[in-house]
Amino acid sequence: MNSLVLNNSFRFIGLVLLQVLVLNHINLFGFLNPMVYIVWIFLFPIRKSISTLLILSFLLGLSVDFFSDSGGINAAATLFIAFIRLPILKAVLKKSDFDYLLFNLRAISFGKAFLLITILTLIHHFIVFSLEYFSLNSINSIIYNTILTSGITIIISILGIMLFSKKK
Amino acid sequence: MQQIIYFIRKFRYFLLFILLEILAFIFIIQHHSYHNSKFVNSANSITGGVYSTVSNVNDFFKLKSENKRLIEENTRIKNLLNKQDLNYDSTSFKINDSAKYGQKYEYTFAKIINNNYTNRNNSLTLNKGSKLGITSDLGVINSNGIIGVTKSISKNYSTVLSILNNNSKINVRLKNSNHFGTLVWNGEDYNILQLIDIPRQAHIKEGDTIITGGKSAIFPEGITIGAIKDFNFENNQYQNINIVLFNDMSAIGYVQIVKNLERIEQINLEKNTINE
Repeated sequence: MNSLVLNNSFRFIGLVLLQVLVLNHINLFGFLNPMVYIVWIFLFPIRKSISTLLILSFLLGLSVDFFSDSGGINAAATLFIAFIRLPILKAVLKKSDFDYLLFNLRAISFGKAFLLITILTLIHHFIVFSLEYFSLNSINSIIYNTILTSGITIIISILGIMLFSKKK
Repeated sequence: MQQIIYFIRKFRYFLLFILLEILAFIFIIQHHSYHNSKFVNSANSITGGVYSTVSNVNDFFKLKSENKRLIEENTRIKNLLNKQDLNYDSTSFKINDSAKYGQKYEYTFAKIINNNYTNRNNSLTLNKGSKLGITSDLGVINSNGIIGVTKSISKNYSTVLSILNNNSKINVRLKNSNHFGTLVWNGEDYNILQLIDIPRQAHIKEGDTIITGGKSAIFPEGITIGAIKDFNFENNQYQNINIVLFNDMSAIGYVQIVKNLERIEQINLEKNTINE
């Protein structure tokens, strides 16, 4: 239990620092900055209560906002995907092979994990960019940025999860 | 009463979600509406401390370009100083000892400890704060042009609303005529800004230099900003005037903060004139 709390706290701090100090300054092809800190939400254990997840993910987004001077944009988006994570997980896994207690992203098949990460990342990035541009005129830029940045985020997230989590 | 409690228990996660989401939107709105965003900004001691630690390392890699910019600026200033020596008539020029007499602008140097330029709304963090007399709404420049306007201030750090921001509107004018315009950014290329509100009487052509207008109380007049890259002339109106910055916004290290010592006087006078 204690190691779980410790693990998640380290991951929280590590991902925020990685995001604001390294990933926000990558500027791949001049403008792409992956937002990998949302991996923390994918890896957060399901059996914990939902309210803990909601409050912590709000704080996660807010810490990124503090560093990048963006008001509450990341907090709003991160909170939203934390809220819809469980419904989407249920939809993706179709409830049959779903076990609350032993859930692990590595334990489910690669295709399903990939689908889950893709859906949540796309929604998160879409909210972030819509709030950042905040005008219907720039809907093209919003969608363009969402799709390209999501692609990079998904690749880095999956590589990171494969590298740093133990296979069950 | 029981029903209300039942309702709250049933939807407690949803209510918590809505509550936090409202809080996030309050932060977003506050960030956009106030000049000095109160709570969420990178000028506090934790984020500022982390950024200045990291920038100590990053600085090492910028030394070369920063040195080059400094030597260029020194050369220019030395040339300017020589020119002025010739013009001064020893009988009319006299040094006044009383501190800051007749001085309109005060410059403070600061180091950029965080810079972003790829988002739609960009901002920078500087390592100087209210301890050294920095307030919000001061201009930030370097030798190649303007960077932005200070926004949130803490004791040791301050954030800057970059000119690469949706909310940034800078008063500028053409160097060769007195036609004023406004400098904005459309969010696409961080080296290309847009000039709007130029009257159609103005004669502009590609390569014309744009300088600060001096109509606002923030920037001194005559700081070079960039040159006109291209424009359209349709329906007797100038459209899509693109400006190439002289500054490379992706590689800036040290900047100067400009404090207008007569700003309050000017603003009060303008306010009184409108009220009359």
